[in-house]
Parts: sequence; structure tokens; C-alpha cells
Amino acid sequence: MRQVIQVTSNNRLFGILVPIISVLLGLIAGAIIMMISGHNPIEGYVALWNGAFYDAFTIGETVRRITPLILTGLAIAFAFRTGLFNIGAEGQVIVGWLAAVWVGIAIDAPMIIHLPLAILAGALAGGLWGFIPGLLKAKIGVHEVIVTIMMNYIAMYVSNQIVRSVLTDHSTSTEHIASTASLGSEWLQALTFYSRMHYGILIALFVAVLMWFIIDRTTIGYELKSVGFNKHASKYAGMNVSKNIILSMVISGAFAGLAGAMEGLGTYGNVSVISGFTNLGFDGIAVALLGANNPLGVILAAILFGVLKEGAGEMPSAGVPTELVDIIIALIIFFVASSYIIRWALLRFKKEGK
Amino acid sequence: MEHVIEMLNIRKEFPGIVANDNITVQLKKGEIHALLGENGAGKSTLMNVLFGLYQPEAGEIRVNGETVKITNPNVANDLGIGMVHQHFMLVEPFTVTQNIILGNEPKGKLGNINIKKAEKEIQEISDRYGLKVDPSAKISDISVGMQQRVEILKTLYRGAEVLIFDEPTAVLTPQEISELIEIMRSLVKEGKSIILITHKLKEIMEVCDRCTVIRKGKGIGTVEVKDTNPDELASLMVGREVNFKTEKKPADPKEVVLHIEELYVQDARKIDLVKGLNLDVRAGEIVGIAGIDGNGQTELIEAITGLRKSRSGKIQLKEKNITNLKPRNVTKSGLGHIPQDRHKYGLVLDYPIGANMVLQTYYQKPYSNVSILNYKEIYNKANELIKEYDVRTPSEYTPARALSGGNQQKAIIGREIDRSPDLLIAAQPTRGLDVGAIEFIHKKLIEERDKGRAILLVSFELDEILDVSDRIAVMFDGKIVASRKPEETNEQELGLLMAGSTTNEAGDSSDIK
Repeated sequence: MRQVIQVTSNNRLFGILVPIISVLLGLIAGAIIMMISGHNPIEGYVALWNGAFYDAFTIGETVRRITPLILTGLAIAFAFRTGLFNIGAEGQVIVGWLAAVWVGIAIDAPMIIHLPLAILAGALAGGLWGFIPGLLKAKIGVHEVIVTIMMNYIAMYVSNQIVRSVLTDHSTSTEHIASTASLGSEWLQALTFYSRMHYGILIALFVAVLMWFIIDRTTIGYELKSVGFNKHASKYAGMNVSKNIILSMVISGAFAGLAGAMEGLGTYGNVSVISGFTNLGFDGIAVALLGANNPLGVILAAILFGVLKEGAGEMPSAGVPTELVDIIIALIIFFVASSYIIRWALLRFKKEGK
Repeated sequence: MEHVIEMLNIRKEFPGIVANDNITVQLKKGEIHALLGENGAGKSTLMNVLFGLYQPEAGEIRVNGETVKITNPNVANDLGIGMVHQHFMLVEPFTVTQNIILGNEPKGKLGNINIKKAEKEIQEISDRYGLKVDPSAKISDISVGMQQRVEILKTLYRGAEVLIFDEPTAVLTPQEISELIEIMRSLVKEGKSIILITHKLKEIMEVCDRCTVIRKGKGIGTVEVKDTNPDELASLMVGREVNFKTEKKPADPKEVVLHIEELYVQDARKIDLVKGLNLDVRAGEIVGIAGIDGNGQTELIEAITGLRKSRSGKIQLKEKNITNLKPRNVTKSGLGHIPQDRHKYGLVLDYPIGANMVLQTYYQKPYSNVSILNYKEIYNKANELIKEYDVRTPSEYTPARALSGGNQQKAIIGREIDRSPDLLIAAQPTRGLDVGAIEFIHKKLIEERDKGRAILLVSFELDEILDVSDRIAVMFDGKIVASRKPEETNEQELGLLMAGSTTNEAGDSSDIK
């Protein structure tokens, strides 16, 4: 019994150490692969660094890339914390993007109404996309993983069809949103040498605080986690198990929908026909895992992912193919997913050190 | 007489705790040797050392007088040590024979498995010890008692001379227990030796030759069972005097608190398991429901507490009709419920024990205000209950999972009683607990009775029913078939009634109310 307690008290330390070691191992493995394929790993990593932090512009672009990753990471972390696996963040991003832009185009209103309305539309659309798998899980016990995967495809094709035949006349992308619905900021653009950085980062950070607050401070979070841990005890205690499963998926979906809204209202200003997934939702899974499903951890993990993805654009200048960055990210995820091995090694190391 | 197994001065440490501190056990050939201790005393650790799952930090193990080092269970098997685990290690879709030979298959000339030969051998062993196991039956088709006998067969098939039984009776019905005791006797008659891990004193007195007592990781000593009695064993185990007979004043029943009328409840397969049940429980009395598991007790409790819908009938709590209300509304109407399965229903094991203390009240003031939790109030309340109910936990932030069964149960009881419910339902409140915890829980139930609460106790342990109840209602086939005062009945009569015997006096249920 005492053993269990010891391990849990060490959890905090491990929670920090394990991701750091995972990242380092991933970078080292990446360096080895670069060396084997005949590239200079130092030049490669310098290029990566420059790609992300070279000047105000690249930093602005990096922040822009981090923004939706924080939100999708939070979406998946939120579901995880309540015992659900939301693989549907991808589809929720797509519908959130579409809905936000639609409102951004179709409505004529002053900014103080228009922008919040467009953002809300994104969140609602994502929430709806989470509601359906939540409802199916709660009422007839269909596993959310299967439903959310299918919902991703539905989102993509429905969105493409709406862009082609409702929002445009057979065009591949919509017109630009009204300036009253834009998250763009001249001030931030001027500061970052006309990067596409926008106010969305503030929303992402706010949502991180919101998630912490809901999960850790409210009776809603108490119920959601309780249902995730033990449905039977939750029912015994008088909680509505179905309601909580649905609510969790709706909140998770709304967070992912916001990520889509950030892209639609901030970065791109429109929505286009897409031939494949944005990957924001899938990267969110890795972000949530790397961030240990903790809001602060998710922010840090999203920063790491954003930096790696943005910096990758510069690596070809050092002769390193961008695909390698994907390999490094994959390796980092691999090491996080196999954190058990790192944990075991750390414990072993500690024991011998005694 | 020679010793087949000697564990001398064994010490086993885990980070932060000494699980076994200088324990000595010597097993004679052909004896049944009990290993007695409270939950968490270190019995299982000691046996895992013997079985090669743990390595001791100090001490010596001798088998037939020779010092050995048991590095893993295979070594233990080779030395003739077999373990019958509490949780069976069986592959359900496989047959008995397939399970027994698993990992040790007799090979034919072409490398094929010779099932026929194995089946014959297993049949022989089964007959020899009176195990009555059908080697070709599927595990998923046989009873729990039979599965346990398969585990015994497995050790015998592998040539075990020494069998370790880890709390074997915890999962068995009374009939199965007496069968198991017969089997153990025939095993030692054939020259096997047995170590029985248990905290049930009755079993030790009935079947064991000697008994080694462990308390808080330390070896207290070994006694001859014929020279001792349950009281002495209990005080050796707990370290103080234990009262078996719960002291209580005669009950003073007042108004009816729980009134059940013609209740019908179905299980998940839509079969009626409660069939027209009538029952009254009054303020200031403990009504014990005696019955064999599966006669509708679980469904009855679930119907009262709102966890299951009843098909027809009426359940009334004081003046309020609570039939088919949601659990929260039933709770609010004045119900406390100590659930039968504390891990499944009683606790959210991954929550801190403190957070578990407000499982039904978290949404009320002062634990939260406009949906915002007030952790200070929550943990204050938790601390208060932890102290009052003697829940032993490193802190209120420790996950409930890390507490021992007895302490988890004390926490649940504290939480349920603290709401001052009019009706308290206690389902199997002492299952799997040691005598110290049982004594505490019984005392608390009687205290609540004396405060004027109505208490409905459901238990499969007749001792507990007879000891604690003021009135016993016997449940059979979904109905209350008889009502008795504990001082006017005995185990034999109750046993017959529980089995559905319809003797003249047993058939009369008119005096239930």
C-alpha cells in the first residue's frame, strides 16, 4: 500500500521529467538519423531554430501555428481527463472553421457583436460535432472512438460541399471574411513584421485557464471526472452519467471548434476545399499526451510542436528534408507513448543511486 | 516430525515500509498450518516470498532441511510448492484439462499435445483426492467452487507437495466451504502439507493443526490450535481484546421508516428476481435480511436506492413514496447506503479519499457555492470524518485506491452515517474485513440504531445477521419467507429457511410486519 503512495507522490516529478527526457531522446534520435542520411545535425537544428525564432516575423508565425494546437490539445486533454477519447477533434476543427467563416461572411454587424458571434459559431459547431458521438455513447453505448473517426470524414466532405455549392459557386475557397469578424490585429502584425499572428493566442490561453477552472474547481468538473473514473459509483452518488458523458464531448468539441475558428478568423480569413485533413486535431492528441492532459502542460507541448513544425520550413535550407521533422516529432511521440520504459529506467536509476 | 518448509527470520522491505520483519514459519509434513493476520499484516507478502515472486532482504528458506533460493515461481514449482491464488488464474474458454496442462503440455511423438493422456491423469488425481472435477468441462461453465478445485488440481498435477491456499473461502458459499475443508483433510491424509492464509478464526479452529500469527509485519508466534480458542487468536492477531458478541441493548422500535409493499423487480434479463416482497423497517431497529446470494437481495437494494427500476409495487420512506425515484432524490429523502461492492459503487478509487467524502453532497453548501468547489470545506469535513471513523490514511489527499479495504469501508460508513439518514442500508458491510474492522462497524451500526435510525442489514454471513439484527427476515426466491427474533432461532433453522424449506413454522410469513 505504501508503495502506491510513494509512486503517486513521485508523479509530479515524473510528470515533468518524462516529457523532457522524451523530447531529448527524440532530438538525439533525429540527430542520428540526420547523420546517417548524410546531413549535418547541428546545421539542421540551427536551421530549425532559425525557422522558428529568427526574427519577429518568424516568431509571429510560430505563435500563429501554436494557437490552434493549444486548443486541439486542450480539447483532447479535456476528454481524456473525463475518461473519453475524442479522436474527432479533427472533424470538430473543420466544422468550427466552416461555421466561423460562414458567420464572418454572411452577417453584417459591428465588430463587438460580429467577432464574438463568429467565434461562438465555431465553438457551437465543434460542440455539435462532439454532441453526436457523446449522445451515441451515453444512450446506446457506441464507442466514441469509432463514431468520432467517422465524424471526421463527414465533417471534411460536408464542409467541402458547402464551400463549393453553398458559400461559393463551384469555387475552391470562399471570399474573405468581413473585417468586423477578423481576429487579425494591425498592432500584432506591425510588431511581428506583418506575420499572420492574431489575437487568437489570447483566446487559446484563456481556454487553458477555463479548462483548469472547470476540471479542478467546479462541481461540473468533479462530476465529469467522477463519471470518467467510475460510472457505477457516480450513478450511486446521484450523478446523471449520460448527461456528463455528453457534456464532456460537447465541451471537448467546442474547444476543437474554437481551434478551427482561430484558423478561419485569424490565420486564413476564409475556408477552402481541402483534399485531406488539417492534422490539427490529430496533432492535438500528441500535444495532449505530451502535456500529460494538464492545461499548462498542453500549452508547453503545443509550443514545442508549433516550434518544430514552423522551424521545419527552414530546414531544407540546410539540406535537410522537412519530412525529417515529421520523423523527429513521431520519435518524440514514440518516446512519450513508451514513457513506461523511461519511468522504469528512472526508478531503476534511483534505486541504484540509493 | 520433520519440517517440509522452513522460513526463518524472513525480512522483506518495500520503499518506506517493512512488510515482513523477522518472521519465522515452520511447516511440518502432513499438517494444515494457518497463517493468520489482519488485512495488510504481511501474510501475502510472506507467501509471495515463498513462491518466488519476491526476494527477501534477509532470512533463510529451507525445503526438506536444505537451504534454497527461490528466484521465481518455476523454482517454487520444481521444489514442490504450489499456490492456489485467491483470484483464479484460469483461461475461461479453455477446458479444465487445457488449463491444467497450460505451459506444461504432454507432447506426443509429433509434437502434438496428448490431451487424452492428460485427461486420464487429471481424472486419476481428481478421484484420488475426491475433487469431483470433470476434466473436459469448460471453465466458463463451472461454478466458482469447482474452479478453485481446478486450481488445486493444477498444483497437484505439477507435483506439489506443499499447497498454499490464499484466503480460499472468501469466494465460496457455505456448502462449498465445507467441501473444501473435506478436500484439505484428504490432501493431508495423502501426505501433502498445507499453508492456509486466512483471517477467519472459525476455519482455523475447524481444520488447522497449528497457526502462525502475524501482526503489522511482525511474527507474533506459532500456537497449537487444539490448545487455543478464537478469543486468544483474535487478540493475538489484533493486539488487544476483541469482542465477538456485539454488546447491545434491546431494541426500541418506533414508527415505520421503510415500508415496502408487493414489490416486483426484474434483473437485466427481464426476469423477476423480487417477487411480491413485503417488508417494514422501523426507527430504532436493525432488520437483517438473511438469504443465500442470488435470491433477489441485490435487486431489492438497488430498487430501494434508485439504482434499478421496480416493475410494480410501492416503496415508502417515512411519508414519502420513493418508488422509482432517481438515486439523488432517494438520497435526499433520507437514505444512507453502504453498498455491497465498495470498489464498484462506494468509492471513486482514483479520487482522493477526501473528495470521496462528499460524493453525494459536493453540489451543496458549504462544499460548493454556485458550482465552485470549496476545497477547504471539503477537506475539513473529510478530516473530521477520517478522525471520527478512524480511517487510517497517510492524508486526506491520498487516492482512495491506496487504502486498505477496511479503511475504505470505514470511510464509506462515515460518509453515509454523517448525513444522518432516516434509513441506513448496509449491504455486506463487513465482507473481506478483519475482526478489528468488523467489530468497529457493528458497533457503529448499533450506535445509529440507538439514535433512532432504521437500519436494513443484508448479509450472507449468518453469524453477522444473528449477532447484529434485532429482527431477521429470511429472503428466499424474491420474497420474505419468514421473520424471526435472533434469540429465538439458530443457524440450523435459518439455513433451512434460506434453502426454501417449507416446514409449518417456516411457511408462515404473517408475522413479518
